[in-house]
Amino acid sequence: MENTQQIVERVAELSRLSFSEHEKNIFEVQFGKILHYIQTIENYDLAAVEPLTHIVTNQSSQRDDVPAECLTVDEALANAPKRNETFFKVPKVLQK
Amino acid sequence: MRLFSDSCTAVNKGTTTFTTITQDILRDIDQRQSLNHFLSVGKDSAIVQAQQSDERYAEEKPLALDGMVVAVKDNLSTRNFPTTCASKMLGEYRPVYDATVVERLAAHGAIIIGKTNMDEFAMGSSGENSAFGKTLHPLNGDYVPGGSSSGSAVAVAAGHAHASLGSDTGGSVRQPAAFCGIVGYKPSYGRLSRYGLVAFASSLDQVGIFAPDIPTTATMMDALSGHDANDATSANLAPTQAMATLDEYANKSLTIAVLPEEIIKDCSPEVLEVYKQCLDILQDNGITLLQAQIPANDAWIPTYYVLATAEASSNLARFDGIRYGFRAEINNDDDDIMTLTRSQGFGMEVKRRIMLGTYVLSAGHYDAYYKKAQQARRLIYDGYEHIFSQADALFLPTTPTTAFKFGEKLNDPIAMYLSDYFTVSANLAGIPAISIPAGNAANGFPVGMQLQTSLFQDERLLSIAHRFQQLFQS
Repeated sequence: MENTQQIVERVAELSRLSFSEHEKNIFEVQFGKILHYIQTIENYDLAAVEPLTHIVTNQSSQRDDVPAECLTVDEALANAPKRNETFFKVPKVLQK
Repeated sequence: MRLFSDSCTAVNKGTTTFTTITQDILRDIDQRQSLNHFLSVGKDSAIVQAQQSDERYAEEKPLALDGMVVAVKDNLSTRNFPTTCASKMLGEYRPVYDATVVERLAAHGAIIIGKTNMDEFAMGSSGENSAFGKTLHPLNGDYVPGGSSSGSAVAVAAGHAHASLGSDTGGSVRQPAAFCGIVGYKPSYGRLSRYGLVAFASSLDQVGIFAPDIPTTATMMDALSGHDANDATSANLAPTQAMATLDEYANKSLTIAVLPEEIIKDCSPEVLEVYKQCLDILQDNGITLLQAQIPANDAWIPTYYVLATAEASSNLARFDGIRYGFRAEINNDDDDIMTLTRSQGFGMEVKRRIMLGTYVLSAGHYDAYYKKAQQARRLIYDGYEHIFSQADALFLPTTPTTAFKFGEKLNDPIAMYLSDYFTVSANLAGIPAISIPAGNAANGFPVGMQLQTSLFQDERLLSIAHRFQQLFQS
């Protein structure tokens, strides 16, 4: 069984988040309390209950297979933090 | 507050114009900047839209929302304004398209005055979690206006808009409406398009409306509702006819379900007193009250926080620093751009919810938390079906307390989450719900009372709310 510190570290990695030691300490206490609190759900006998996933059960809507208006390359790149002509520019991902 | 009907009457009489009203509002917003309720204001564009409304009025061809000054929460995409979600992550973001509800506002002649402050990514109940500073309560700057749609509520309460748009995932429209003494309406899930609303928890998120009164709310709903092919969860229903049916329940005999004593016992004395006064008023007016049986009320908040955070962790995974929004500076080759960007770009509450959501969805915990929460969600939904088979609507407080002080709950997430106690269940069940002003508490702050009814019975909800608002005002 993991302790709260291990949970917080593992979940931070999965979430692509990092924390200072001070933040981690606050977090561990809060996280433990929140997890304990949400275990209230355990008080209900749910074995025979079907999970509810969607309120609106629409049929998938279909349309004719004709091109619709879409974003231009310039529009799609308008908010890019860094761009290079028609590409998103990213730091190199392959190590030497 | 500024009633849309008063403005229309004055313009019809020729005593003013929508352009003058808009100029007055712009001046008022400027004078009360300390409220910090707007993140951007569209001075020039608002004046142009007001002039167009005046022209259509002069030609006697007004559109449904002509002259209505509307503020929009900063998580609804707008081509002409930044859309920041009150986050450093989207500080510089300018959408290249309008949300469907924003497009429909413009198509019906509304004057979009600006974008409003909020809790970051709509996560919070106090308006304190904004990267651009907290929003102040219009009556007392030491108190929170509620959240997450803090700026939209304050804009209407301060008379700086006839109406505003917010979003309600667990009470983010109804709770600030109650704190600020105005109407806050969360339509049935699927009734207003979510296209262009920056997603927090997709199965719970719903665009909502703030206004001083029900007729303004209904007018706006009729103009903005209706199916939208761009939103896969949009209900395939015609626009509402809420204005035409507003008086349908004016004289009908009504059965209203009310909460049993044990559920309301943790409310503050001020809220309890107003709730009981309201019940007396309803009974005095011949309305039948029925003690509701509420199953699984202890599961409301835990179920909500499991599902909402799970969906949030998934939705907010898109903020990677690559395609749009903030990107952290990379100083050496070992830095992970995504982790750095997210750690610097998100505030603490957003991180807390991403972490919780990631945990409940992670291997080994999915069945214990996420699946159980979905099962509890079914219990909550079925419980409402049972209530509405016996009663026309459920009547309950919107919030357990009136507005609280800044900082009071900031370091205690569970205490903050509990301020949504009476609102989250409507999102879980998808049903329409509305908060209406029910007078002031002994402490001087407004108290809101809530009505909820069956899925897609939005016209019924607005008609009963109209009747109740008149009863509580008289």
